[in-house]
Amino acid sequence: MQDQTSARTPRNLDQAVVRFAGDSGDGMQLTGTEFTREAALHGNDLATFPDFPAEIRAPAGTTAGVSGYQIQFAAHEVFSAGDQPDTLVAMNPAALKVHLADLKKGGLLVVNEASFTPGDLTRAGWKSNPLTDGTVEGYRVIQVDFDKLVTLACEGMGLPAKDVQRTKNFFALGFVFWLYSRDTAREESSIRERFAKRPDLAEANRRAFKAGYYYGETTEAADAPYQIAPARLQPGTYRNVMGSTALALGLIAAARQSGLRLFFGSYPITPASDVLHELAKHRQFGVTTFQAEDEIAAVTAAIGASFGGALGATASSGPGVALKTEAIGLALMIELPLVIVVAQRGGPSTGLPTKTEQSDLFQAVYGRNGESPVPVLATRSPADCFDACIEASRIAIEYRTPVILLSDGAIGTGSEPWKLPDLEALPRIDAKLRTDPEGFQPYDRDPETLARPWAVPGTKGLEHRVGGLEKDATTGNVSYDAQNHERMVRTRAEKVQRVARTYPPTEVAGDPDGDVLVISWGGTYGSVTQALIDARAAGMRVGHVHLRYIHPLPLDLLTVAARYRNVLVPELNLGQLRLHLRGQLGMETVGLNKVQGKPFHVAEVRSAIEKLAPRAKEIA
Amino acid sequence: MSGKLNLAKKDFVSDQEVRWCPGCADFAILATVQKVMPELNVPKENIVFVSGIGCSSRFPYYMNTYGIHGIHGRAPAIATGLKMARPELTVFVVTGDGDGLSIGGNHLIHALRRNVDLKILLFDNRIYGLTKGQASPTSELGKKTKSSPYGTVDRPFNPLTLALGAGATFVARSVATDTTHLAQVLRRAAAHKGAAFVHIWQNCPVFNDGAFDEWSEREVRDDSLLKLEHGKPLVFGKSKEKALRIGDGFRLEAGPMTGSALVHDETRDDLALAMALAALEPPLPQPMGVLRAVQRPTVDALAREQEEEAARKRPPDLRALLHSGDVWTVGTN
Repeated sequence: MQDQTSARTPRNLDQAVVRFAGDSGDGMQLTGTEFTREAALHGNDLATFPDFPAEIRAPAGTTAGVSGYQIQFAAHEVFSAGDQPDTLVAMNPAALKVHLADLKKGGLLVVNEASFTPGDLTRAGWKSNPLTDGTVEGYRVIQVDFDKLVTLACEGMGLPAKDVQRTKNFFALGFVFWLYSRDTAREESSIRERFAKRPDLAEANRRAFKAGYYYGETTEAADAPYQIAPARLQPGTYRNVMGSTALALGLIAAARQSGLRLFFGSYPITPASDVLHELAKHRQFGVTTFQAEDEIAAVTAAIGASFGGALGATASSGPGVALKTEAIGLALMIELPLVIVVAQRGGPSTGLPTKTEQSDLFQAVYGRNGESPVPVLATRSPADCFDACIEASRIAIEYRTPVILLSDGAIGTGSEPWKLPDLEALPRIDAKLRTDPEGFQPYDRDPETLARPWAVPGTKGLEHRVGGLEKDATTGNVSYDAQNHERMVRTRAEKVQRVARTYPPTEVAGDPDGDVLVISWGGTYGSVTQALIDARAAGMRVGHVHLRYIHPLPLDLLTVAARYRNVLVPELNLGQLRLHLRGQLGMETVGLNKVQGKPFHVAEVRSAIEKLAPRAKEIA
Repeated sequence: MSGKLNLAKKDFVSDQEVRWCPGCADFAILATVQKVMPELNVPKENIVFVSGIGCSSRFPYYMNTYGIHGIHGRAPAIATGLKMARPELTVFVVTGDGDGLSIGGNHLIHALRRNVDLKILLFDNRIYGLTKGQASPTSELGKKTKSSPYGTVDRPFNPLTLALGAGATFVARSVATDTTHLAQVLRRAAAHKGAAFVHIWQNCPVFNDGAFDEWSEREVRDDSLLKLEHGKPLVFGKSKEKALRIGDGFRLEAGPMTGSALVHDETRDDLALAMALAALEPPLPQPMGVLRAVQRPTVDALAREQEEEAARKRPPDLRALLHSGDVWTVGTN
């Protein structure tokens, strides 16, 4: 290349946080995932946080329609998508309005100046132009006319101007590729693949991408470019995976490990639908997906399938789970396996469909009529969804019980590198289908697990009837007997309690004893883990337990907690795990609670730890 | 099916005491179903009865087959999942006018539109029995019940037009008092490959006694019922002296049987005739028998075909699936 500025030596960084923001129609999610893919292939560790509105196309140019995608990528292990972006790409004034406050002081701000017209400024609610009125002082601003540069890049192609303007996101991507010294060849072939059916659009996007990259090479506005070396991840084969994809793959794997067919009933709901989309692709594994007429049909069909000897599963979000509640009660009464994945979102009611929250713990653990305990597990990150699904399925199958697996919107749509498991090392799940008619009683129990026999239609001599009416403790016939009812209520509770006997010992990260134990669950894993690392580096004695098992709680949790002076429970709700810990174990804790539809910042958790743990100077 | 199984009615009788009210028409339906079952020549371990909630929904407990007594209204959905997971099973749904048309109306119409291979028996007594006498979605307009002391103000469903409108491939009606006819209809429903909807009038002696007298009493039923037979003229009356034909305004009319009558064709692709018969209102006779029986692919078979086709094209390989997309390797050093 004749341009000598391209010879600038990139500066090495340990990590960076980049946020792409624009209109819902600007393709920000695609831009983000493309950049993520390249970061993963580059060997960085990473975590992402897509953040988009519930409206598919809110009025263009308004703050209501702003869609964002944040990624933290690093030369070391990464646990969260980062608190504050180092680089913010704002495609229009509305994106700038929504996201500028988050940008790190002195951070790099890349804006499409062509969109800062009086009309767009007004639509976004700016009184004057922030690029000229001092608003962006203190940031390193790169103002580029995206509109003009993509038009020039696509000159001579004969494409309609509308199609040309749609390539602006790839221009932005190209610029950020240059900024972080990324490999353009891989991205160019990815563009060709993506637009394989429209070679003209492929070429236009490729040109826009390259134009963005070259713009970076020629600009002198920044101290860039940077480079971030690959992280030292554990040896193995990796792929980047989204949480909802990993949930689907986990269910397929669980079916395989148990030798059962998978039946997945589901009704479209944000943010759970992606699990259905993913599973629907993989019919060759004997996966039946059923898009039901409603949430209730989705779960009851799964129960019907389980009665037939399949692994019945369903996924939904808060409002959908509320509708499934009665059916979950039926599954626990007739004691059949059922996996219910709950992708939590902001509630109550319709709430914040595309935002994340942890406010369905109560619904999962306590939200049914009657004495109706079910095991509840939580997944902690996108890649973890795979293992969590297998474990939830194991418990469901071995204990003949519905199991709720709590995920959330940020886990489902977020992504991270996943060290692919060795299939040989996956646990085997023994479905133990009953085939022997000798002495068969539908509600006889395994003395260890208290599970009843799973006798499926087609098995001669085991014809029997189950239903939601109280059952006789042995025959399963309808029984209104008072003593029998209490015995059955207690037995069902005891069965669920016994699941805790199969847990591995509770893992404690950080200090084995000290000032603070942080007990967290679900999608806060990343922020809490990073906060703990920071706090310990500052000399505090802090431990961390991240719960996989929400109900029943681990038997050793009280003993672990007793080794610390304080227990901190950070949650994206008003204290549901806290109350659960107090009710189940009598544990006194301090809460850190946030309900803004957003994950914790690491700094928020760290400062909560600091309040409970004086910097431990006395430690030698 | 290979060989005769030599099953008898008693093989289908469970050990549970039947707990319907004395005089309930459900007894007759139960006995008729148990009588017809051996004729299907299906091993009883391959038969499942699924129900919801209500008097009729206790039915599975009395059948010595596999059975699920589900939750209110959801039997068609439970049965859909079961049938899609195990297409080789013979699955019956037993529901009522409240269970199937009110709380479970959505599941019923979707099971019919999907053409799930289910035999759906809807026991219609035009009242809520188990909850002790409230108006149901088939109670006639103005009906006085505990929940409608001044008379209902909402119009009833016609279960036949509802089922036809939902795209049911098999729609029939019978009445519990005519067990010979009921047995014939049940045989036809069982033989149908696809969603078979059987509407069964059933008297509730406690909360809605006599609801169907005008169609079941010996003196009146020949004039008030139209017994449907495929390929036969649509005639009724004691000596088949009355006939249905298409009159002005595309309306079915009854008149003396002189010369031609409309001929019943249950296999018609379009819904016009079946819908017209289903919608007959007194004083015109009410249709009895099979209104529609057409062949369409079932959802359970189609879904299974997709799975088998996918497996032929891409044999299941979990390792390959996990390793799909952009994969990279981190070395040991």
